[in-house]
Amino acid sequence: MSQVMIKDQVPEKDYLTSGHLACPGCGAPIAMRMVLKVLGPKTMVSLPACCWSIIAGPFPQSSLKVPLYHTAFETAAALASGIRAGLDARGDTETTVLAWAGDGGTFDIGMQALSGAAERNENFIYCCYDNEAYMNTGIQRSSSTPWGAWTTTTPVQSPEASPKKDLLAIMAAHRVPYAATACVAYPDDLIAKVRKAKEMKGTRFLQILAPCPPGWKFADEDSIQIGRMAVQNKIFPLMEVEDGARWRFTVDHRGDAVEPYLKKQGRFRHLKDWQISKIQSDVNERWRVLENRVKYGT
Amino acid sequence: MKKVMVGNHAVAYGAMLARAEVISAYPITPQTQIMEELSEMVADGRLKARYIKVESEHSAMASCIGASATGARAFTATSSQGLVLMHEMLHWASSGRHPVVMAAVNRALAPGLNIWTDQNDTLAQRDTGWIQLYCENGQEVIDTTIMAFKLAETVNLPVMVVLDAFYLSHTSEPVDIPDQAMVDKFLPRREARYKLDTDEPHAFGALTKPDAYMEIRLRQQDAMDEARHAFKKVEAEWKKLSGRSYGAIESYEAKDAELLLVTSGTITSTSRYVVNELRAEGKKVGLVKVKMFRPSPMAEIRKALAGVKKVAVLDRNISPGHGGVFAQEIRSALYELPLEDRPVLFGYVLGLGGRDVTPKTIREIVDRTMASKAPERHDLWVGVAS
Repeated sequence: MSQVMIKDQVPEKDYLTSGHLACPGCGAPIAMRMVLKVLGPKTMVSLPACCWSIIAGPFPQSSLKVPLYHTAFETAAALASGIRAGLDARGDTETTVLAWAGDGGTFDIGMQALSGAAERNENFIYCCYDNEAYMNTGIQRSSSTPWGAWTTTTPVQSPEASPKKDLLAIMAAHRVPYAATACVAYPDDLIAKVRKAKEMKGTRFLQILAPCPPGWKFADEDSIQIGRMAVQNKIFPLMEVEDGARWRFTVDHRGDAVEPYLKKQGRFRHLKDWQISKIQSDVNERWRVLENRVKYGT
Repeated sequence: MKKVMVGNHAVAYGAMLARAEVISAYPITPQTQIMEELSEMVADGRLKARYIKVESEHSAMASCIGASATGARAFTATSSQGLVLMHEMLHWASSGRHPVVMAAVNRALAPGLNIWTDQNDTLAQRDTGWIQLYCENGQEVIDTTIMAFKLAETVNLPVMVVLDAFYLSHTSEPVDIPDQAMVDKFLPRREARYKLDTDEPHAFGALTKPDAYMEIRLRQQDAMDEARHAFKKVEAEWKKLSGRSYGAIESYEAKDAELLLVTSGTITSTSRYVVNELRAEGKKVGLVKVKMFRPSPMAEIRKALAGVKKVAVLDRNISPGHGGVFAQEIRSALYELPLEDRPVLFGYVLGLGGRDVTPKTIREIVDRTMASKAPERHDLWVGVAS
């Protein structure tokens, strides 16, 4: 297993203002703040319906210092393709186009547009801030919701019955130049990945785990710790894959226990011992699959 | 230069001459020839544009909106199922005030699966805030496509150029291709008033609360009102350069007419032919062609129909549970006429799903209308097995 920890200075300048409308402890503005620090002022954002539709502020306000276009739920990648084409048509190849969507707008309703854009290798960066459910509409399950989790549409009597969709593998299967997972609890890793993505051309994809205090049911101040536990214990491994072939882990995943992570969140409070054991064995199995991807490139 | 071409290619030539900068499209019969021809034009360098071959019509419209938001000139084309799939983004284009131009080739909606013409696809987009211009022949298609960009960019609203499937989209006719220098003079490079700009960053389309939403919608309505006047100016300018114009509506052989047919699309040409025959027989029949459907040219229609005894509206569409859409609209326009000037309106539904509308069909409608004092029902279906 190759492990590279890239130490990087965090750029000082911010393009997210104070006074944004995220909930206390929300991972989503942290993710945006880090990403924009790297991408800088020459960036345009395609923003579909998601928590960030609110976080960005109501008309006529904006919490971003870069232009953004609020678009329909399923159109982040399609609108971004158009912005890119429009800029290219007028000779602006310098500006970075950033599509910024939640997991609902990426894993579910926006999947078709994203797949189309990725297959065409559209020249933009697509970030999915992943909070594992439809949080803006009040915590309904998405295809990113992990097995066993409570949401308002997967009540404790019948919790989420499907495993979280393997989006990184789906994006890698499009053989895009760059696809990676990241987490707001690992700013060095996130910033290094955005830097790398910025230097490349074509479709670059980042799935950023953004813990959600009201949706996952944990204390506001624990977001970073929860994110760290998810990564360390291999529940949300941090990886990158280039050209759909070269996979690698980008941080040390030294832990091996899912239980403390689950116990810290109300969305898993109902789980019985057998369910916790199943999640543990699924994580172990998944890790073996990922190790093989790193080893064999598939 | 004159060239024999199908209606679809007239659209493509129009978009090329207008120097569309971004094209985004998805195949659907009977529109496909438009995107094929534009692919050739971009590939061989006749048109310098970015061409996005999207995975759906929904994405076609979304990417046209994105391109338009950067200040570029964006174009797409579709039909039928593709158009109704776009419906959500049609609202986005107009309420976002993006001057996207789209050719919509009228094709019936499924089920039953049907590739032939009727107007239900475009008329179902009535309330999306798009300007809609219906065309009768290839020349009108190429001219309207060029004028559509000018009109769209004048009022910051999207424009739909509408043409019948097959009867127009696939019918070859001689078309006078306007000179590029003339089109460039008529339609300079787009200079957007508002656009995505890193030097002046703004948020577009943000959450809008009840205290601001209505004002934005009123501006959109104002722009539609403005489009009525802007269309006249655009046409006048085009006429000066090309010698051709069409009008929001056109009256044909309407003077002293006792019966006026109201038509749109290619049924107009068939009706002109029948009107000529009837006039030769001494019958006082004329027609009013409706080109502009939105913004609705109701004042002109009212004026054109005032004082005529009978009006027969030919609707190649049906709003189930009500009747033909043009008939509905014209009925509401006539309501404002004093009773003595108000014609008796006969609303005919015909030609759905591409069913042929021949001179014989039109003659039967004329005879039926002449022979009746008033319509026996709200929607009169023509040539249908009961």
